[in-house]
Amino acid sequence: MAAVAAVAALWAALQPDLAVILIGWVPYLAQGFAMNILISVAAIAIGSLIGLILGVMELAPARWIRAPAITYVHIFRNAPHLVLIFATTYAMPFEITLLGGTVAFPDWLKAVVGLAIPASAHIAEIVRGAIQSIPTAQWESAGSLGFSRLRTLRWIILPQCLRRTLPAWMNLYASIAMGSALASLVGVGELLHAATDASTAVRRTDFTIAVYLTVLVSFFAYCYPISRLTQRLERRFAV
Amino acid sequence: MTTPVPPDSRPPLVRLRDVHLSFGATEVLKGVDLDVRSGEALSIIGPSGSGKSTILRCINGLIAPQRGEIHVAGTALHQLTREADRLALRKRIGFVFQQFNLFPHLSVLENIAIAPVRILGHPRDEVERHARDLLDRVRLSGKERAYPGELSGGQQQRVAIARALAMRPELVLFDEVTSALDPETVGEVLAVIRDLIRDGLTSVLVTHEMRFAEEISDVVVFTEGGRIVAQGPPDAIFHTNDNPRVTAFITGLGNREPANTGTEGRAR
Ligand SMILES: Nc1ncnc2c1ncn2[C@@H]1O[C@H](COP(=O)(O)OP(=O)(O)OP(=O)(O)O)[C@@H](O)[C@H]1O
Ligand SMILES: [Mg+2]
Repeated sequence: MAAVAAVAALWAALQPDLAVILIGWVPYLAQGFAMNILISVAAIAIGSLIGLILGVMELAPARWIRAPAITYVHIFRNAPHLVLIFATTYAMPFEITLLGGTVAFPDWLKAVVGLAIPASAHIAEIVRGAIQSIPTAQWESAGSLGFSRLRTLRWIILPQCLRRTLPAWMNLYASIAMGSALASLVGVGELLHAATDASTAVRRTDFTIAVYLTVLVSFFAYCYPISRLTQRLERRFAV
Repeated sequence: MTTPVPPDSRPPLVRLRDVHLSFGATEVLKGVDLDVRSGEALSIIGPSGSGKSTILRCINGLIAPQRGEIHVAGTALHQLTREADRLALRKRIGFVFQQFNLFPHLSVLENIAIAPVRILGHPRDEVERHARDLLDRVRLSGKERAYPGELSGGQQQRVAIARALAMRPELVLFDEVTSALDPETVGEVLAVIRDLIRDGLTSVLVTHEMRFAEEISDVVVFTEGGRIVAQGPPDAIFHTNDNPRVTAFITGLGNREPANTGTEGRAR
């Protein structure tokens, strides 16, 4: 990070006019980047919630609960993010009629859905694997104290899964954060889109290079701490 | 004034009749009859694979036999079809496992308190007070904030005993609770169980500690090949029995490793 800052400072000193133009675009770019953060946080939140439910469903004793979850996970786990973002953007309505009122369904929200779908399938697999990695003796000893299946999950199994799934979950979070740039392709005003706007408006090759470098550095600054933390946690929880 | 009831005319707390159980094609229990009375300590001894653990798991409804009757504390367990009814019964029966099976993400105090709080819905402060009393009873005061991973096997097993007692069970089942322990810590666990039994805890113990079984049991049963082949007071089983199989088992085991009576553990 220090090296990046040093290079940036040196470059700004050598090209003061370019630096001034770039600084002028910063608010617009920052607004775009806020959209990336919004999209990725919303997608990982929705994906985690649905993935948790699906992961538990995948292990249900009843077939009619298990089968739909397994099918969903199979279909969406390896679906390309870009395809899903295109599909949700162009296949979903721009507003939804709900209980008589209409709710706007903007493109950025469709991108969230497009990213949350494969995320939920991934998280379902992470959760399923974590639950299965807990020794059956834990189920038995909870059962002997009168815990039902669901209560055992809630109080005994899932809390133990949390630690084990954290590294994989953060990996996924980092990949979704990077994937949020795909939303630019369907016209969502996020950072990459904002950078393209800026480069088209200024029409200078050196500015184009600078602005896309800024995009790269921004994503790096967002994702790198996540992946470093993941590595630390992986080492800490390695059994 | 109520007329005192002679102890033996009360129905037993646990009553197994002609219990048959198989896992697939393997017959594990081939007609087991067993009575456990309130306040009594019953030990089950016998060779590995003879069905000792399976009997315990039948008593608390973790597995259901294909044939036979099981009555526990007034409930006809073999007639229960709903899991909820089996759970209701399990709340009243403690189970202590060979491998302790504590919850590793919870502190000692939480391990003991979680079932009374989450399952029985008792108020937390009252449960924690009881948990501290129990820790005192298993001689682990001061360890409430430790995690299972920080304790020795013997300490973990004593926490597991306290966890079972926290539900105020009418009966506690012990399945070879000292078999996974280092020899030095066996004594401290046996000492705790001995005290509980002295105080009137009704219990069924599967054990390989012959001298301990002889000392604390009211009844000893010997299982072999899914049947109870001998039962009676400890003296009759260990000294005056005329069953060559039982004698061979007891002396064979006695020669391999002398039973640890736990007296050294009491003088910590
Ligand atoms: N879940 C199971 N599935 C299949 N077979 C089982 C299962 N549980 C136990 N058995 C078999 O049932 C028989 C009796 O097992 P059980 O655990 O009751 O024996 P035990 O007397 O407790 O032996 P040990 O002293 O080794 O603990 C064994 O042959 C065992 O292999
Ligand atoms: Mg056993």
